Amino acid sequence: MKTKSNLERVLEAGHFAVTGEIGPPPSADPEVIKRKARILKGHVDAFNVTDGQTAVVRMSSWAACLIGKEEGLDPIVQMTCRDRNRIALQMDILGAAALGINNILCLTGDHQKFGNHPMAKGVFDLDSIQFLKVVKDMRDEKRFQCGDEMAVAPNLFTGAAANPFADPFEFRVIRLAKKVAAGADFIQTQIVYNMDKFAEWMKRVRDRGLHEKVKILAGVAPIKSVGAARYMKTKVPGMDVPDSIIERLRGVPKERVSKEGIKLCVDIINQVRQIKGVAGIHLMAIEWEETVPEIIEAAGLLPRP
Amino acid sequence: MLISEQKPLEEILNYLDGEKNIFLIGCKGCAEGWESGGEKQVLEMKKTLQEHGKTISGFVVVDLLCDGPLTKFKLRAHKSEIDAADSILVLTDGAGVQTVAEVTDKVVHPGCNTLSSGGAHAEWKEAERCLECGDCVLEFTGGICPIARCSKHLLNGPCGGSQGGKCEVDPSIPCAWQLIIERLTKLGQLDKLEKIVAPKNWSVSLIAGPPVKRGL
Repeated sequence: MKTKSNLERVLEAGHFAVTGEIGPPPSADPEVIKRKARILKGHVDAFNVTDGQTAVVRMSSWAACLIGKEEGLDPIVQMTCRDRNRIALQMDILGAAALGINNILCLTGDHQKFGNHPMAKGVFDLDSIQFLKVVKDMRDEKRFQCGDEMAVAPNLFTGAAANPFADPFEFRVIRLAKKVAAGADFIQTQIVYNMDKFAEWMKRVRDRGLHEKVKILAGVAPIKSVGAARYMKTKVPGMDVPDSIIERLRGVPKERVSKEGIKLCVDIINQVRQIKGVAGIHLMAIEWEETVPEIIEAAGLLPRP
Repeated sequence: MLISEQKPLEEILNYLDGEKNIFLIGCKGCAEGWESGGEKQVLEMKKTLQEHGKTISGFVVVDLLCDGPLTKFKLRAHKSEIDAADSILVLTDGAGVQTVAEVTDKVVHPGCNTLSSGGAHAEWKEAERCLECGDCVLEFTGGICPIARCSKHLLNGPCGGSQGGKCEVDPSIPCAWQLIIERLTKLGQLDKLEKIVAPKNWSVSLIAGPPVKRGL
């Protein structure tokens, strides 16, 4: 074990891991985080808190992580390069680790154009791969990016994102290899709806032996409505929702669509579990956290180790 | 006028490592004015590279290298010399390097860093091609600039928002990294992108560095 992370413990023991996700509120209200954390408790091994997802201002990830930690969960702080230069990133890494956060997910970040402050200046001093290397060097070499040494290193289980559905497809595994080389211990993927493409990506991952170097958690999410599926298909960058998914949801009476969306999520979990090299799932039930216990139970993933 | 200066010789020799025959290109516009890539500097570079064991298959100094049609026309007269070369070393600013990359299928090395575009944007009318970063990265990106053309200035791209060759920020913008990957695939150099590019030195950049007026 490199760290005190519960997620690392579960993965190292060879269990099929489950991570969840909490979207922090666009307010100073801690109760939202507490309520969501209580739903997730006992059903996930760790939970992510997004960092200004889609560039909309929300409670900072590290602060929401702490509130969730007080509820007895293992937080994964998400951190993006969009709003922080290398100085701010390293300061927040030290702060998060000092506060007892054991996991970090290193991201480039959604472009500011998508959010509620599109006139903001994006930072992008580092990209996600350079950022991963900074975290690894801080942890393993006790060195800042500039080379200076530190007394107490931030002991973080370090993750990165991967999108098997973005283009060019042929380059996506090379990009994963770079993230692994830069220091990723675990990977959380974009939400899987296109199973064929995901399986092909995993095959290429195995061909390079990357599944033996990094723990890959497949991203999954329930779909609430046909409209939500269509929105993801056409409006969310980097998402791949095949027509068959939309047809399946349209094939049931309107009042049963959300139930079908949950069933679909369970089916996808069962399918990704069969793929060699998939070490767990990352369940993103954004603003629909109450479905998490049902999904995890139906997928036969209880009790959590 | 675009202000450029030659990269350190050591860096240029590093780019040319493993290559024997080099074709040199300079520019009679800005690069001549700033003495980074006019005829005089091209001839000096020819001599220097020969002293370092390289063969110069030929050279040309174009009136305005950033003028795509003109450059294409001028290079046609040197086709056999360019064909005989392993690569092309371009002594001018980032706009000129990218013009050469666009009109040839050869590996193109940048010989200069662009310090400032001096309020001008070369003869490339349709889009920004150089953001005056002061530490040219065109060497490992196939002559296509990710600083000017990637919305997030990624050095290890593409991000997860590249779909169908377009940038997630605006579907009218081509994904620079898609273009880079296509070009390096064509050149058989995709392995260049397997290497992790270290954080950039932004202190020499006009877009993120101190407000220094250079060379004037």
